[in-house]
Amino acid sequence: MSLSPHSMVTRHPETPSQTGGPYVHIGLAPQQAGFDIFDNNFGNVLTTPETKGEHITLEGRVFDGTGTPVRDVLIEIWQANAAGRYAHPGDTQGRELDPTFRGWGRTGGDFDTGVYTFETIKPGPVPASNGGTQAPHILMVLFARGINLGLHTRVYFDDEADANAADPVLNGIEWETRRDTLVAKRSERDGRTVYTFDVYLQDTPAGGLETVFFDI
Amino acid sequence: MIIAAPGAASGEFVERDHTQHPPALTAGYRTSVLRSPRNALIAPRNTLSETTGPVFDPRELGEKDNDLILNFARDGLPIGERLIVHGYVRDEFGNPVKGALVEAWQANAGGRYRHKKDRYLAPIDPNFGGCGRMITDDNGYYFFRTIKPGPYPWANSTNAWRPAHIHFSIHGTGWAQRLITQMYFEGDPLIERCPIAKTVPTLDQLRSLIAQEDPANNAPFDARTYRFDLTLRGRRATFFDNVTLPGAPR
Repeated sequence: MSLSPHSMVTRHPETPSQTGGPYVHIGLAPQQAGFDIFDNNFGNVLTTPETKGEHITLEGRVFDGTGTPVRDVLIEIWQANAAGRYAHPGDTQGRELDPTFRGWGRTGGDFDTGVYTFETIKPGPVPASNGGTQAPHILMVLFARGINLGLHTRVYFDDEADANAADPVLNGIEWETRRDTLVAKRSERDGRTVYTFDVYLQDTPAGGLETVFFDI
Repeated sequence: MIIAAPGAASGEFVERDHTQHPPALTAGYRTSVLRSPRNALIAPRNTLSETTGPVFDPRELGEKDNDLILNFARDGLPIGERLIVHGYVRDEFGNPVKGALVEAWQANAGGRYRHKKDRYLAPIDPNFGGCGRMITDDNGYYFFRTIKPGPYPWANSTNAWRPAHIHFSIHGTGWAQRLITQMYFEGDPLIERCPIAKTVPTLDQLRSLIAQEDPANNAPFDARTYRFDLTLRGRRATFFDNVTLPGAPR
């Protein structure tokens, strides 16, 4: 029998994850599941007309290892406002809060096309862990049938090349060829700025490169 | 003087222990094969982006949002076993997680989901929607009322049946705590045959997903009660700032 006090500091294991399953929309996006139940629904529009910053559309698709769109995916995003401030008490930077901007949204991929869409603003840069600055980015998490633990990734912007080149998280990816999988492509459509961000769960036969996923 | 603050709102999270979670690729759960990354995850240090997360206000929710017996009732009550589910959300150090958004969804008593993609022949219950949500109080406590869901068949293999379960989604106080999981019911013989339940790598962790009967808290002549506690990741205390001395190698 050992006398070492092996359990004097108690830590409880995190509740294990399970897949969100194919009907994740019932709980998280009931209107997409096909019924109306709540007065106030959480959705994919993060902005009001008064929200400060450059209003953008973020859209794309998620692909499995064959290149088939994942049509039952549920996606959430989390981001800072245009001043680079998060709407959370842990953000004690002296930067301005935007009362019209929570910084969070969720949506499902379209059941036919797999396309997801968010209406948001381009975030400002926020501090890095080493005292430097991170390039503007949006955090994204994906849940779906077949995904046992939510997959975390980041969305950067292709018109921020200088900031991206100095970003500590991107630079922490040893394989330079993989960094581009996190950069959304800017275009204009009907006078609105659109960033396209496709996610590849695995390499695909048509040449899609697996997106970088993070253990945050 | 600098005061250390365990569990403070801004600290970095203790790293996730992946030995306590299902791996991404679990061949027995067949859909995971083409939907699991082949590369290892990359672990950057937490920044403000990961230590913060959305904040929810109870006033955003409706008064029946945590009552699945009544929140979709049209011309009567839903059919099935009346249940209350309650418990605490804590972090890995035992601190209560206040203000967490807990969302739950499930099938009806016959195992049929109200979802346009569910074609199982068991009927829809016209008085049951199957989703609810609540925000934990200052003790990390939540509760809701529902109908016990039935098991249902699925196409993993020709004779695969899910145990009765309720899906849970949790937003804690930081993005890194984001969690989706499933709650099972004590005594259900389908649990140990389920390829999804068996993605959990240890028996202790699988047990932690099984809600226990809580007969002392039954509502007499009304509803039975189950207890289900959840544990989220904890924040590390910050004891000293990380200072670099001039001239020291780094």
